[in-house]
Formats: sequence, structure tokens, C-alpha cells
Amino acid sequence: MLAGIGVTLISLWYGQNHGLMPIAASDEASDIDALFNTMMTISTGLFIMVQGVLIVAAIKYRRRPGDNTDGPPWHDNFPLEILWTAVPAVIILGIGVYSFEIYNSMGGLDPMGNHDHGTMQAHSKMRGSAIAATLSDTPQNAPQIPSRKLVALGVGASPENEDKPADLVVNVTGLQYAWIFSYPESGVSSGELHMPVNRDVQLNISAQDVLHAFWLPEFRLKQDAIPGRPSELRFTPTKTGEYRVVCAELCGAYHGAMKAVAVVHTPEEFDGWLQSQQVASSQNLEQAVAVNPGELSDGEFLAPYVREIKINSETLEQLHPTHH
Amino acid sequence: MTQAQFQESANTEARGTAPADRHWRDYFTFNTDHKVIGIQYLVTTFIFYLIGGVMATIVRTELATPDSDFVTPELYNSLFTVHATVMIFLWIVPAGAGFANFLIPLMIGAKDMAFPRLNAVAFWMIPVGGILLLSSFLVGAPQAGWTSYPPLSLVTAQAGEEIWILSVLILGTSSILGAVNFAITIFTMRVPSMSLNEMPLFCWAMIATSALTLIATPVLAAALILLSFDLLAGTAFFNPTGNGDPIVYQHLFWFYSHPAVYIMIMPFFGVISEVLPVHSRKPIFGYLAIAYSSLAISFLGLIVWAHHMFTSGTPGWLRMFFMITTMIIAVPTGIKIFSWLATIWGGKLRLVSAMLFGMGFISTFVLGGITGIMVASVPFDIHVHDTYFVVAHLHYVLFGGSVFGIYAAFYHWFPKMTGRMLNEFWGRVHFVLTYVGFTVTFLPMHALGMQGMPRRVAMYDPKFTTINVICTVGAYMLAVSTIPFIINVIWSWRYGPKAGDNPWQALSLEWMTTSPPPIENFEGVPVLATGPYDYGMEKIQNTGERLRLKLRENATRNAQKTGIPIAEAQASTFFGGTATLVAPESEVDVDSPADESQDGE
Repeated sequence: MLAGIGVTLISLWYGQNHGLMPIAASDEASDIDALFNTMMTISTGLFIMVQGVLIVAAIKYRRRPGDNTDGPPWHDNFPLEILWTAVPAVIILGIGVYSFEIYNSMGGLDPMGNHDHGTMQAHSKMRGSAIAATLSDTPQNAPQIPSRKLVALGVGASPENEDKPADLVVNVTGLQYAWIFSYPESGVSSGELHMPVNRDVQLNISAQDVLHAFWLPEFRLKQDAIPGRPSELRFTPTKTGEYRVVCAELCGAYHGAMKAVAVVHTPEEFDGWLQSQQVASSQNLEQAVAVNPGELSDGEFLAPYVREIKINSETLEQLHPTHH
Repeated sequence: MTQAQFQESANTEARGTAPADRHWRDYFTFNTDHKVIGIQYLVTTFIFYLIGGVMATIVRTELATPDSDFVTPELYNSLFTVHATVMIFLWIVPAGAGFANFLIPLMIGAKDMAFPRLNAVAFWMIPVGGILLLSSFLVGAPQAGWTSYPPLSLVTAQAGEEIWILSVLILGTSSILGAVNFAITIFTMRVPSMSLNEMPLFCWAMIATSALTLIATPVLAAALILLSFDLLAGTAFFNPTGNGDPIVYQHLFWFYSHPAVYIMIMPFFGVISEVLPVHSRKPIFGYLAIAYSSLAISFLGLIVWAHHMFTSGTPGWLRMFFMITTMIIAVPTGIKIFSWLATIWGGKLRLVSAMLFGMGFISTFVLGGITGIMVASVPFDIHVHDTYFVVAHLHYVLFGGSVFGIYAAFYHWFPKMTGRMLNEFWGRVHFVLTYVGFTVTFLPMHALGMQGMPRRVAMYDPKFTTINVICTVGAYMLAVSTIPFIINVIWSWRYGPKAGDNPWQALSLEWMTTSPPPIENFEGVPVLATGPYDYGMEKIQNTGERLRLKLRENATRNAQKTGIPIAEAQASTFFGGTATLVAPESEVDVDSPADESQDGE
């Protein structure tokens, strides 16, 4: 009894104070941390209980020297077995429902449901019906590559933002071994991701060559970048600062070096940054990036990658179409 | 008289007279004796374990510093790719097959496996596939991870990639051939009086494992053959530059490779269900629950594969479906863990090395199970997918689970395999080193992953250096921990004290013959005087006389049904060889009291 209370208290305390997560810098991150803390509380209790039983058994029930008799012949206890089937089932159900709620509130069930921009527009009406339509419309089982690509991937608008366009849209392209961020509304392209704080940001993620995964650990968000299949992450940064963008899907020998910086500004700072970028790249963005990366502002952003990761100019040329 | 003595005395006639006289050269031949094949499997796979371990040590050495400075990044990628492939396809899966080979016929009282030659073929594919895989280092080993996701697998180290595909196809075929053999042997070759629900639980675990192998492995073969076409013939099944879809490969791959996790862990669920009751001197708690939860895990294991793809090409509603199915697996797994704990509780624990590894298995596996539920939760998995959290989770399941189970099995059945006892002191040293080394290596990785370190990287953010150094120190401890084990095994095999037939006073049939067993395992047909776990159930002995009549009746009935010689059927029942045949009329008379006595046990 006392042990039970003790384990409960330790679990409750540790579930909140494990210190395992990095800071939470987005709305989504706080939700996910709350979910994780709940799971951590239950897990700590279960973990201590199982280890406790093992240790107590090893001490209390170890065979005494000279005793070669058998133990008591207990071999089943129906109510007990029902109990340890039902209790985990209920806990699992609870975690499942809670996870579903969090996922829904993050916008996980609404990727690409919002469509004020670019390539996503055509897909909007197909959400939810895309798969059924593919099956019934093509009885001859013909390959339907365009339809397949309608399946929406990623994390979309949270339910309260569902009908609104995002405040900021950024196209993210992964290539060996760098991330390129382009801002379709202002025509800016950069090797860093800049975002205003407390704004609804949407990233349209694609890949140039192999699979990559766009991961913002402080935002708890990750989505694979898949060649030929667009995906999306939509979220709201809540803390200004510099964060890391990490590639989480094995993409080649220098996978570990595929990083970028994400900067969350105050809205004023962000506008300032955007303007400075626009001025600097006002002449001819694409040419500047591809032909002469050393001189212009975009080149400055890409230069570190050119040096570190050996992107050649052909790769950058291939990148052009995604800048439109 | 204890239960073990009771079972032994019932089997004195069936016991073999002299252990098989094996020359060491027999182990290098195409031998059809399941016991030779079992030992061939175990020794071969252990050698591959050491090779995979060397690769892991190099990987951890590279990760002791944030920069890529010990091996080239290309070689680093090859090392973790081949490390994973070796550990999965050449160590854990075939080690399970090795124990199954050695134990199943003995446990069910059969003379050999159903298809002895097929069995030998299945084994000899292992060294062929293994050497082929390692030979890929000569041409540039595969670098795309053991998952070999296209497009990366199509563009890096192509020659090595093709060798990898061929090798995995060979090893998968071996695994299928083994599974056919296990399932048919268990279903058709039990002593006539052993019903399915009287089998040792290891046999149940192997039924569930074999079913998964047979259903899932062909899908992997299909995926790899298509990948091979993309690689060699320039087709575009998975290649996006030709409008192929890399996500389809992921689905096909994980349709095998998630069940593969259960193929790797379930034989050792079975091992733990054998080891714990023997050394706790108590019956297994909830036999039926453990047996049928294996089947439940086996079935559920087939419908959870896309949880490996939560951040990949999986739409939201499908992510939710696979989240729920994955979480449900926690229920049958929980049943097993609680049943094992209840088995230990209140017993008279003999804390020998086998038991320590068995308890260590529960201790580490439970954390792997807990983190398994966490990563099943989609919102959390979006954060930790493809990070060191997953590396920690999978090693807790496959090392803390399977490898601890393998060691428990080694210590438990070594006396039966060789006729000699292992040294207990060095066994305990081995356990402590393994447990501590394992914890130091893998526990901190959970934090690494959550803090933001992705997996499969040769270079990482310097702020993770401290934790990585701790992990590397743990990995060296693990490397050292195998030394006492190897020396113990080699020394004890030659000079260890003689084991006798039944050193652990166990009840299952493999202990009812000589150690090592004779060529055909038993001299006659062994009998079941007690169930495999009836420790402490002395009432059975008192009711033995009435039970005898009941069993004889069943045997006669079974003999008529299955067409085996009636003498053999009766020999396989309790005291059957000496009793006179009971007339049909008197069978009816003894029927009801016998039923009551069984119920009262």
C-alpha cells in the first residue's frame, strides 16, 4: 500500500520533471510535451513496478541452501488475469484517444486542406475522397500517378485555422546535403529558415534527389521530403530564437552534416530581414544563385553549403524550377 | 518424490542408453541430425554475432567524437548497414532457429524433424548468405541502411547493394524452409498423448513465429526482387525519376520487417516461458494466456507495419489506424510479462545464470515495450522518429529482449547439448557485465534522440558529445562481456563437470533422455507423467493410478484415429508399457472419476 503510494508519487513527479525534452518553441510542441509527460508518468509507474517485483522476488524468494522442494503450485487466477488484461487495455485506449486528440488539434488530419497557394491548390477538393475515387474511377487498374500524388502528407492546419490561409508560406527543398528555403510571396530564397513568431507558418516540403526528413526538434515536428510527392508542415512558432533544422532520414554519406538554421523573429525583425533579402536579390535571383553564388545575397546564404557540402553549380541549376 | 523424479521414473524405459558419439568433424558436414544442425546454427550465428559486434564497436568508436574522423562517412554508412543486417538475418533470426532445431523434436518426443534434409539445406544457406554479405566489403558494401530505402539504395554503392539483396534473399529462403519444418514437426510429430495444450510453451512460440515467417517473408522477397530490377534493369518500380513510388517499397519492406521483429523476439518469449518455471520451481502462470497471446501478437504483428512510416508517405487517417493497432499489441505483450512475474512470485528461485538472464530479459524488455507504446503514439513519434530514441527502443527490444533470451537459452540448455555444465561464477560475471554494459550503452540514447540527435549520422552536434562518450564506453563493456562467455563455453565443453540427464530437475521431455541425447533422442517413446510445468503439483502423483486408465483410453482412441500402431500409442502414455489393455466396458466405468481427478488438480 505504502509502496503503491510511493510509486505513484514518484511517477507523477518524474513524469513532469524528466528534463528529457528540449525547449518547446511552438504551439504543437507544448501539446506533444503534455502527451509525453502523461505517457512518462504511466511508464514510470509500470517500470518501477516491474523492476520492483523482480528485485523483491530475487531477494525474498531466492532458494535457501538445502531446500530442493518445489514451490507452491499456483498456475492461474482468472480474476487476476482479467485485471491485467483489462487495465492495460483501458490505459492504451486512453493514450490512443489522447494521442488522437493532440494529433487532430495539431492539424494532422488536415494536411493540404488549405490551398491558397501554388501547387497545392488543385488537390484541395480531393481531400478525404482521393483514395476511394482512385479505386472506383479506374476499374482497369491503370497506373494513376497524378491521383496517387493527391494523398495529402504531413501536418496541416489546426482545426481553428482550417479555413484560413497560412500567414506565411515557405517552400522547402531538400537535396544532398542542404535545405533550401524559398518564400514564394516575396521571391526570396535562402539557406536559412526565417519565421515571424506567433504566426501560422506553412512549409511545403519537397525533395530533389533522395529521401530526406525535415525535422525541427524544438518544434517536435518532422516530415519526410519525398521526391515526387509534396508534403506539408503547418505550425505556429511561439518563442523567438535560433533553432536547428536537422535531416532525419538517411540521405547519404554526409547525412549528419545536412543542417540548417531556423530563426524565429519578432514580426518587425522578420519584415526587416525579408526586405533586406529582397533588396539584395532584386536583380535576377535564379541566375544569381546558380551562376555566381559568391557575390549576391542569396549566394551568401548558400556559400557555406557550397564549401562544406560540395554542392556544385549543376545541382543549383536543377533547383531552379522549384523557385518559381 | 518430487515431480521431476516422478517424470523421470515414468520415462526410464524411453531414456536413451548412451549419448550420441559425435566427432567434431560431424559438425562440418551436411548432417541431417537435428541436434547437430541446431549446434551448427548456434555456433555459426554466434560467430556472425561477433562480426556484427566488431562493426558496432567501430560505429561507436566513430561516434565518440562529433566529427567524422575514425572511418570515412561512406564506410561508416556501410558498417551500420551491414551491422544491422548481420545482427538480424545472421544472428537473432537463425539463433532462434538453432534453438528450435535442437529443442522441438526433443520437447515433443520425436526422433527428428519432419524434413531432416530440408533442415540441413536451410542451415547451409546461412554461411553461404553470410559470407556473400561480408564479401560486399570487397566491392564497396551497401550504404543505404538495412532498410535500403530507394532512391538512396539505387544510387549509392550499387554493387554492394545488389550483393546485399541476394544475400538477404538467400537468408530469407533459409528462414522460410526452417519455418515449414518447425510448423509441420510440431503439428504432426508429437508423442500421441501430447495435445497442443500440453506442449512446452517454446513450441507454441515457434508455431506463432513460423506462421509469421511464412506469411511475411515472401513479401520481402518480392520487394527486394523489384528493387533489384530497378537497380540492374533500370525499371522504375520505386525510382521517382521514372515516376516510380519510393513509398510502395517502404510498405512492402515493412510488411515483412515489422513482423520480423516478432520473428526475432517470439522464440525467446518461448525460451523465457521455459526457463522461469524450471528455476522458480513453480508452474508457469496462465499457460493458455501465454500460448494464445503469442498467436494474438503474431496476428496483430501483421497489421501494424506502417507505424515505421508515420513521418513518411502515410496520410493522417492511416497514421491513426496504425497507431491504434500498434498500441493494441501492448495488451497481449503485457499479459506475457505479468504472467512471467506471477510465475516468479512466491517461488524458490534458483538464481543461476540462465535465470539471471531470464529475469534480465524481463527487466530490459519491459522498457523496450514501454518505449514501443510511446513511439506508437503518432504525435510523439513525429518528434522521435529516425532519432536515437528509436535506436534505443529497438536495441532494448532486440538486445535486451532477444539477445538476453539467447543467453538464457544457452545457459539453460548447454548441459543438454554438451552433457557438461557451464561455470556458474563466470556465467554471473557475464550477466553483470552484459546488463551493465547494455544499460550504459542504450539507456542514454533515449535522451539523445529526444534532445535532437538523428540516427545513422557519422557527424553530430558537439553538444551531444558527453552522452555519446558514455554510450561508447558502454559499447566497449559489451564487447568485453562476451569474453568470459566464450572462454566459459569452450572450457566447459571440454572439461566442465558432467551434467547428468536432468541437472535442473525439469519436467519437459528433453530432460528425460541422456545429455547429449542419443541419435534418435529416445530409446522408446517417452511418456507424459506430468505436464511440462507441473512443479509442486503432488496431487498428480496420488491420482496417478486413475489417470493412467484415462490416458490409456485416450491413447487407444488416438491410435485408432491417426493410424499409428496401438503398441506405440500405449507406450507413450503414463506407465503405458507395463499395464494391460483395458477392455472397452471398463473404460466407460473409469471415465468419470478420472475426469474429476483431472479437474481437481
